[in-house]
Amino acid sequence: MANIHVDIVSAEGHIHSGEAQMVFAPAEMGEVGIAPRHAPLLTRMKPGTVRVQTPDGEILPFFVGGGILEVQPYLVTVLADTALRAKDADEAAALAAKQQAEEKLAGANSDIDLARAQAELIEAAARLQFVQNLKKIGR
Amino acid sequence: MAGAKEIRTKIKSVKNTQKITRAMEKVAMSKMRKAQDRMSAARPYAEKIRRTLGHLAQANLEYKHPFTVEREVKRVVYLIVSSDRGLCGGLNMNAFRTTVREVREWRAKGVEVDFALIGGKAISFFRRMGGKVLATSSQLGDRPHLEQLLGVIKVMTDAYRDGSVDRVLIVSNQFVNTMTQKATPMQLLPLEPVKSEGLLEHWDYIYEPASNELMDSVLMRYIESQVYQAVIENAACEQSARMVAMKSASDNAGKIIGQLELAYNKARQANITKELAEIVGGAAAVG
Repeated sequence: MANIHVDIVSAEGHIHSGEAQMVFAPAEMGEVGIAPRHAPLLTRMKPGTVRVQTPDGEILPFFVGGGILEVQPYLVTVLADTALRAKDADEAAALAAKQQAEEKLAGANSDIDLARAQAELIEAAARLQFVQNLKKIGR
Repeated sequence: MAGAKEIRTKIKSVKNTQKITRAMEKVAMSKMRKAQDRMSAARPYAEKIRRTLGHLAQANLEYKHPFTVEREVKRVVYLIVSSDRGLCGGLNMNAFRTTVREVREWRAKGVEVDFALIGGKAISFFRRMGGKVLATSSQLGDRPHLEQLLGVIKVMTDAYRDGSVDRVLIVSNQFVNTMTQKATPMQLLPLEPVKSEGLLEHWDYIYEPASNELMDSVLMRYIESQVYQAVIENAACEQSARMVAMKSASDNAGKIIGQLELAYNKARQANITKELAEIVGGAAAVG
C-alpha cells in the first residue's frame, strides 16, 4: 500500500517528518482522517492532537495548539502554531505594542543624549557618503 | 617614586577590564551556538509554509488577497530589528545606517516613513529620527518567542489592510558567518510572489472554511514566520558580533598591559640607577 509523507513543523522547531499510512488531524470543521491520494485540502486546525499512523501500524500522537493543515495527494504538511491565539489576545498584544511605543517615546531618559549623538554621527556619515558619491559621478 | 606606582595601579585596572571582556567573550560564544541552533530550528517551518504558499498561488485563481496587491506608495513602514543590549560592535549601527539612508531616499521622493521597532537600541535611536513610531517591542531576551512579536506584526498588518500604509519593509542583520553580519532590508508587504515548481493540470483545494479566510490565515502565518526568522537571526548576529568585539577588546587590553609593563620596568630601572648614583656619590663625599 502506498504511503503518504508527513511533515509537522512549528515556527520554533521541526517536530516530525516521515511516512504514514494514515494521518488524523483536528480540522476546524471536525476531525479529518487522511489516507494516501487524498484530494488537495487546505484547512485550519483547532488545538488538539495530530495522530500519525506509521507504516508499521504504530500511532504517534502530536499535540498542536492549532495551525494550518495542507494536504496534497502524497504530502501532508502540518504548520503548527506555537502561540495560542485568540482574536482578543492578538488585539491586546497590538495595543500593548502601541502603548509601549508611546511610553518609550514620551519618557525622557538619560540615554537620550547618547542616542542623539549616535544619530548625528550616522547622519553625518550618510551625508559624507552622499557627497562622495556625487564626486564619483562628477568625474 | 610616584611614576612606577601609578603605572602599577593602571596595569591592575586594565587587567580587571580584560577579565570582564574575556568573560563576556566566553558567554557570547556559548550563547551564539544556542542562537544558531534556534535559527536552524525555525528554518523548516519557513520552508514548508513557503511551499504551501507556492501551491496556493497556483491553485487559487478567483481570489486576490490585499497582501499580494501592489499599491501606489505614499507611506511606508520600516520594521527595524535590533538588539536590546550594546557592546556588540557595529551591529546595530550598521542596520540603523542602512535604514537612515533608505529613509532619506523615500523622503526625497515625498513618501512618508513610519517606524516599528524591535529591541531597545532601535527604540533609543529612532526616538530622535522623527516620523511616527507605530509599535515597539523590547526585552526579548536571548530566546525570542513569537508571542512577543505578534503585537507589532498585528499593528503593521492592520495598518496595511486599512490602507494607511502601502509598503512594509523589515531591516535586520543577516548571519553570513561568525565574522560577518550584513544589515539587509527586505520587503514584507506586499508579498512578492512565491515561485513554485509546476504542477501540471488545473486543480484547486478543498477549502474549509472559505478560501479567503484561509488565505488570510496562511499569509498571516507566513509574515509572522518571516519576522520571527529575522528576529532570531538578529539574535544570533548579536552574539557573534559581541564575541568578536569582546575578543578584540581582550586583545587590545593585552597589548596595553604589555606596553604598561615595559614602561613600569623602565621606571623601576631608572629609579634604581638613580639611587645607586646617589649612594656612590654620598660615599665618595664621605671618603
